[in-house]
Parts: sequence; structure tokens; C-alpha cells
Amino acid sequence: MGIVSYLIFFAIVVSILSIITLGLNLQWGSTGVFNAGVVGFYAVGGYTYAILTAPGRPELLVNLELPWILGVVGALIASAIAALLVGLATMKLRGDYLAIATFGIAVTIQLIALNWEGLTGGSLGMTSVPRPLSGFFETPFTYNVFYLCLSAGFCLLTYWALERIVRSPWGRVLRAIREDEGAAIALGKDAATLRLQAFVLGSTVMGLAGALYVGFIGFVSPFDFVPIITFQIWTMLIVGGSGNNKGAVLGTLVVWGLWSASGTLISKILPAAFQTQGGAVQTILIGLVLVLTLLFKPGGLIGEEPTTSRHAG
Amino acid sequence: MIGQAIADGFLTGGILALGAIGVSLSSQILKFANFSHSELLTWGAYIALTFTMFATAGAPIGPLSFGWSLLFAVLLAGVLTGVLAIIVDRLVFRRLRSRHANSLTMVFASFGVALILRNLVLLIWGPEAQYYTSELQIATEILPGIRLLPDQVFVLGLTIVLVIGLHLILKYSRLGMSMRAMAESPALARVCGVKIETVVRWTWVVAGMLAAIAGIFSGLTVQLRPEMGFNLLLAILTAAILGGSGSLFGAVIGGLVVGLAENLSVLVIPANFKAAVPFMILILVLYFRPQGLLGKSETK
Repeated sequence: MGIVSYLIFFAIVVSILSIITLGLNLQWGSTGVFNAGVVGFYAVGGYTYAILTAPGRPELLVNLELPWILGVVGALIASAIAALLVGLATMKLRGDYLAIATFGIAVTIQLIALNWEGLTGGSLGMTSVPRPLSGFFETPFTYNVFYLCLSAGFCLLTYWALERIVRSPWGRVLRAIREDEGAAIALGKDAATLRLQAFVLGSTVMGLAGALYVGFIGFVSPFDFVPIITFQIWTMLIVGGSGNNKGAVLGTLVVWGLWSASGTLISKILPAAFQTQGGAVQTILIGLVLVLTLLFKPGGLIGEEPTTSRHAG
Repeated sequence: MIGQAIADGFLTGGILALGAIGVSLSSQILKFANFSHSELLTWGAYIALTFTMFATAGAPIGPLSFGWSLLFAVLLAGVLTGVLAIIVDRLVFRRLRSRHANSLTMVFASFGVALILRNLVLLIWGPEAQYYTSELQIATEILPGIRLLPDQVFVLGLTIVLVIGLHLILKYSRLGMSMRAMAESPALARVCGVKIETVVRWTWVVAGMLAAIAGIFSGLTVQLRPEMGFNLLLAILTAAILGGSGSLFGAVIGGLVVGLAENLSVLVIPANFKAAVPFMILILVLYFRPQGLLGKSETK
């Protein structure tokens, strides 16, 4: 039973993280928009869910006790608005400038989460955030089985929708912009607006993942949204294969599997006094996997599938 | 109040400037934004710490909190951090360059390198805050209303000397000319007989040394922590962009502007949000003057 419930827990986390990686794949893999502030939009989703659904407390400004599904919808809307504001300010930028700007956004969002105590609960965060439909389940085990269905369902839905999208005419224009923005503009495509659309949609998907994560653990804390998550998600996308939604999910599975396995191993081997150092080893492994992938398998495990127009030839 | 904020701003600004010069050099000559540069600051600071632990501290020099051993440690840490930068280049970035990987692949690789370097520090030296000395210092009033520690005055003075020295090297030495040529046009530089790999190696050495010194200064005026460099990363990148490419003094001015803005902001916004100031400057610069303050506008 122990191993089964662990596997269920693992699968829930993988399906939530996969949603983020899929969102990033729309931005980077399909469109070439370099978002180095992934964790910021994930945090906006998570915090919005908590603020909308948690029971009111006198020291907090807003807590609305809304049903969980409205919390999820609110998370989507909030992360879309955040991405729209950020996008309007930054979509003119290219490449590493955009990366630096979005990295700054994530730092700022984390600062707000940590310091705007009236809204976010500050460093203590918010506890007793309602978990979706938790009243219907007797044991934690059955609830986790349910939550796996929920998060995997959202993950599949995201996967299916993004697959449809990248194969649609809109998705093809995004790839055209990625490959040669000048040519796309010359063909009359409004590249700036299309990049913004892809950025907002991808960030909204990340917000969904944030809501699902907070709904699962039942509390929100700024220490769950640290900058390293951005780099972990990038590692997942690059390891799996940027430009391929299957790659995004596979990369998440592989990298999170490595992270969890190394964590378990370290906690077994190292005495409790050295656990911080154990965390360092885990992170070093992630860095190594990223660098080694870039050096030896730049396309990732499953790279982008070559697509040819059916009108060609 | 405001005078003190300005003095503190110059101090932070000097440290950021030394970091920003390195970022600026690597973005011009190596053609990518190096997100792992901040980890060289951390490494430099910790290497110096290790030397001071082995050497006898010696009597403090004058009013400073440290003795000659720290000055030697600065030198050694600078050199070793330069060597570390070259090793990282050999292992990672040079391989990518030889494959003509695009500049964003280099940025991804620098994410990975940053994770590895930062956590190696944590692994080797532990997570606790550390200090170079336990000497207590009394701030002296150098101007009406402005108090600085002797260490801080030393840091400011040495920063000015370093910047002027580097300026002279870039301007007059053969190496400096090759570096500037590489920044302008690698292809033309190669045709003119500039040895690309030599210039790249020296770029890493210079960037690494300045980073180490910035890290040591930060450790001397604040404290040493494994995440000390990473916490400065956004400010350093902002300073480099603000300065614009092609100009050493641009990076210095960028550093000073960010440092001053951070410290002056405390007068109007809660101190908790100080770390968001570089980001606000960044957005303003990128929006209104993406070529930087001193940079030439690029016409394509």
C-alpha cells in the first residue's frame, strides 16, 4: 500500500508540473518566446486560488470562500491578466533581454507574495485552503486517487487542447514567427500580437497548474514558489524535447523522477544533520542533466517532429 | 537620511558595477547573457574565505577590520575564480560554441551551470552565514550626516582604482584592443589575426576576477551566504543592460544608478520591496532605451 500511495502522489505532482511544462512549450517550443519567469505565473494561479477559496480571517484583506471551481477559474483569469500586463510591457523584447525581464517579474511576484501580508499571508502563507470535493472522501488514499484523476484529467485536457492549437493555422503562424519573424511579418502576420497571445495562453496554463497544486496541498506559502522551479521546468522541457508536447510531458516525468529518486536515496543515506547538503546534491543533478542534454542531445529525448505541408511535393 | 542613502547607494553601486562589467564583457564578446555570472561572485567570496581561514589573520591594517591576509586572499581568489570560469568554459560553453549553438542555448546552459555552481558552494561551505572577521568597526562621519565603515571606504576606493585600471587595459593594451575588436565583429577580428580563443579565455579571466572582487566586497560589507550572488543577479543584469553594450563606463554608471535607486527607494517604499527596484528600472530602460544609457542605437 505504501508504494502504491507514493506512486499516486508522484503521479499527481508529475501531472501538475506537466501542465506548466506544456504551457512553457507553447511559449518557447512553438513561438520562441523566452519566459524565464515561469514560477511567477504559477504563483499567481496558486495564490489566486487560495485567496478566492480560503475561509476569511480578520487579518487578511480578502478571502471569499468561493467554491473550488470558481477558484480555478479565478486563477486562470488572474494569471492571464498578469501575463497580459507583463506581455504588453515586454513583448517588444527578444531573446535574452526578454529572459532577463521575465526573470525579474518572477522575482517581483515572489517579493509580493512574501511581503504583502494583508493579501497573501506573508511568509506564513495561508492555511486551510479548501481541497476540491474533499468532503466526499473517507480516507486520504481515496482522496488522492480522486485528485490524480482530477489533475491528470486537466493535464490531458491541456495536452489535447495544445495539440489541437499547434496544428491549427494559428499554431502554424506561431512556428513561422519562431523560425523567421521577418518573413512572417512580410506575409502580413501581426507577429507582436501573436507572440503576446501565445505568451498569455501559456502563462494561463501555468496559472492552472498553480491552482491545482495549492488545491492539492491545502495551503499556500511563498516558499513553494521559489526561482529554482523556473529552472526545473526549463530542464524538463529541454530534456524531453522542446517543440513537442509529448516531449514536455516525458521530460517532466524523467526529471521529476530523477529529482524524487535522488531525494529519497539521499534521505536514506545521509544523516538528518546533512539534509540541506542533500538538497544541494539534488539540485546539482538537475543542473547536470540540463547541461549534459544541451551538450549531447540538444533536441531532447524526443525532439520536434518534422512537419511538412500536405500541399508540398 | 538622504545623504546616507546616497553613500550606501554608491557602495552597492560599486559592487554591482564590478559584476556588471563582467556580464557586459561576456555578452559582447561571448554573445550571450550569462545567468551563471553571479555564481562567480559567490565562489570568489568563498575562496577568499577559505584562504583567510588558513592564514593567520594578522593585525588589522589601520582602521580596517582585516589584515594583510585578506588582501592576499583577494588576489588569490581573483585568479582562482578566473581559472574556474575558464574551466566552466572548457567543459560547457566552448563545446557549445564549437557547435555554433545559438546564443539562447548558451543561456540555457548558463541556467544549468548556475544551479551546479551555487549548490556546490552550499555543499562545500554549508548553508550558514559566514564572515571574514569578527572585528567590530565603528562608522566614522566622513561628511555631515554620512557615516561609513572604514571597510566601506576601502571598497569604494579599490573599485575606482580597478575600473580605471581596466579602462586603461581595454584602451591601450594589445589584449584590450583584441577584445574590443571581437565585440565589434568576431569575423573581422579573426581576419585581422586576433586569436579568438585567447581573447575568450582572457575575457573569462577578467570577468571572473572582477566577479570575485565584487563577491568579496559584498561579503565584507554584508555577509557570505551561498545565495549571495544569486540575490544580486537581477541587479547586475539590469546594470549591464542599463549601461548599454560597448562601454565599460556604461556598466559602471548602470551599477551606480541601480545601487542608488535601490537605496534611495527605501525613503519612499517599504524596505521589503527594495529588491523589486532593479526590475522596475529594467522595465523602464527596456521600454524607452533598450540600447542602454550610453549604448549606440542599432539600426538594422
